[in-house]
Amino acid sequence: MHYTRPTALQDVATHYCAGCGHGVAHRLIAEVVDELGIRERTLAVAPVGCAVLAYDYWNFDVTEAAHGRAPAVATGMRRCNPDKVVFTYQGDGDLAAIGAGEIVNAANRGELISVFFINNATYGMTGGQMAPTTMLHQRTTTSPRGRETRAEGWPMKVVEMLAQLDGTAYAVRCALDTPKNIRAARAAIKKAFEVQLAGQGLAIVELLSACPVGWGMKPVEAIKAMAGTMTAQFPLGVVKQREK
Amino acid sequence: MAHVLIDPQRCKGCHLCIQVCPKKILQPSAQLNERGLYPCETSDADACIGCLQCVLVCPDVAITVTDDDARATKQGTI
Ligand SMILES: Cc1ncc(C[n+]2csc(CCOP(=O)(O)OP(=O)(O)O)c2C)c(N)n1
Ligand code: SF4
Ligand code: SF4
Repeated sequence: MHYTRPTALQDVATHYCAGCGHGVAHRLIAEVVDELGIRERTLAVAPVGCAVLAYDYWNFDVTEAAHGRAPAVATGMRRCNPDKVVFTYQGDGDLAAIGAGEIVNAANRGELISVFFINNATYGMTGGQMAPTTMLHQRTTTSPRGRETRAEGWPMKVVEMLAQLDGTAYAVRCALDTPKNIRAARAAIKKAFEVQLAGQGLAIVELLSACPVGWGMKPVEAIKAMAGTMTAQFPLGVVKQREK
Repeated sequence: MAHVLIDPQRCKGCHLCIQVCPKKILQPSAQLNERGLYPCETSDADACIGCLQCVLVCPDVAITVTDDDARATKQGTI
């Protein structure tokens, strides 16, 4: 019945905008790292995007990769240090656009890494441009009339796509909106670490996340808009769970 | 007994916690913090039931819930 800051999270303020989902995702990962007692052997790879400064926030070693290349960096880290627990933390621009090739091949190789994929349906850092995961009819600075399939294609369903690959052991989509969904996300993050610890293959957790500033909404409005809009185009739940 | 503590300097005033508190004891403060934002505050820290709903949605880990009376006193809520 009490809550104090996780040890795996440094006692500093973040630079994220008010209501940004990155803060919730950072906290959940830190809580799980503490719970599993793996802080001393956890290594993370941060993305290019709003989470580029994640190394200032977690209380374990974090490196920074070139845009989209976190899975390749994590591959090297994990293969050279088989006793470590390695994860990447990537936005949808980082993972699904410029880094699409890296994540697909890391999953196909079944790298023993956990991937936390923040899908906020936009490029937050650079000013709210369209991402591969931008929703149909969603207005962004580069889809001012709303995303249309004829010109811009469909929202990319990353976990469904990666689940097709034999090297992917666990693929799940969660949402960081309601307390109930946030609890489920925490359980999924824990599972993604356990899959790595058991040597089963690549684990990916997609976290639907609010970018109130990029969406042009107040935080409360942005969170409310997620249920129904975002979860209708990106269904929640486990897409794949391979046992060995 | 639970007590909720909100760090006014860490809170960015997103007000997400206000929406989820079943006891309706969280509200925007009338006082600006050092960032120039109106943080959340509690109207009745002792009415907290320790459900941690607010903690779950807070992106800034600005909320601590404690059942340790000594600690709550030190931080000035009781
Ligand atoms: C090689 C390269 N290309 C483009 C950029 C510009 N850039 C910086 S962040 C970013 C996308 C960020 O979006 P996302 O990964 O969704 O993260 P978010 O900021 O939304 O968390 C881009 C395109 C860059 N830094 N480097
Ligand atoms: S721009 Fe969006 S993703 Fe970036 S910190 Fe602000 S709310 Fe978060
Ligand atoms: S722990 Fe529950 S009752 Fe207490 S302030 Fe937070 S949401 Fe309200």
